[in-house]
Amino acid sequence: MASPQPRIGVVMYPGSNDDHDALWALAALDAEAVAVWHDEPELPDLDAVVLPGGFSYGDYLRCGAIARFSPATAAVVRFAEAGGLVLGICNGFQILCEAGLLPGILLENETLRFVCRDVGLRVERGDLPFTSRCTEGQRLVIPVKHGDGRWFAPPELVAELETNGQIVLRYTEPVNGSVGEVAGVCNAAGTVMGLMPHPEHAVDPLLGSADGALILASLVESARERVVAAA
Amino acid sequence: MKATVLVRPKPGILDPQGAAVETALEHLGFAVAGARVGKVIDLEVQAADATEARARVEEMCKRLLANPLIESYDVEIHG
Repeated sequence: MASPQPRIGVVMYPGSNDDHDALWALAALDAEAVAVWHDEPELPDLDAVVLPGGFSYGDYLRCGAIARFSPATAAVVRFAEAGGLVLGICNGFQILCEAGLLPGILLENETLRFVCRDVGLRVERGDLPFTSRCTEGQRLVIPVKHGDGRWFAPPELVAELETNGQIVLRYTEPVNGSVGEVAGVCNAAGTVMGLMPHPEHAVDPLLGSADGALILASLVESARERVVAAA
Repeated sequence: MKATVLVRPKPGILDPQGAAVETALEHLGFAVAGARVGKVIDLEVQAADATEARARVEEMCKRLLANPLIESYDVEIHG
């Protein structure tokens, strides 16, 4: 029997601009990629959700602060609270932090410069639904492109996250002034993850690196396992 | 009722905007220190009196206008 194709939703907010890249990458990695409009109060039947990069609602007030109140975001929060897999990329990461699904917040880069280049990453957790294709300590090269990517949390929260193993990815070089060079974090259950680098822009070696496919293929595979388990 | 909300980066939070403004002021010859850049939000709120207006606006601050992780806020009610 052919392995089932998981359905992974990509939420499109006004101002999202990496939604189509995410849809393309997920489809290339053998998922059924489903676009979800921000105004939808309920998610369709999905096995995982991706919040894409971009500048939802013009980044007004704080990045992600307005998108958090979209009907689709409320549905994503319910999906995540029920144990659903949710991945936030760049602006999606910012939205998940503002929605309280992920710890910390993303602030303007230390240099106040928009940074757009390939960066080195170290995988701190290789056992998550988003990193199962990676190994702990593995080096990845994935591009970033953001003006507000400086992850911040107070020292006591950082210590708690370190203890719980919720730091998933770190930059191997200074990028934006993030506390502890943090590039990606997950929730306590390991079912929601956010990262500033863009795995959907590093799926084909033609674009310089295919390391992003390791993250997204992990997600597709984990979503597929859930379909099989539910069958 | 008119209200003004002042949102500030909390002490200890790195504020690159404030640092850039401070450097620019120094280039103009001003001796300055501790420049921090926040936000001002003016709004009109429906409320019976100033006490109710303040309670409403503080609720807005907690739920949207400020992020308690990094920002503090002050509310002014103008009557």
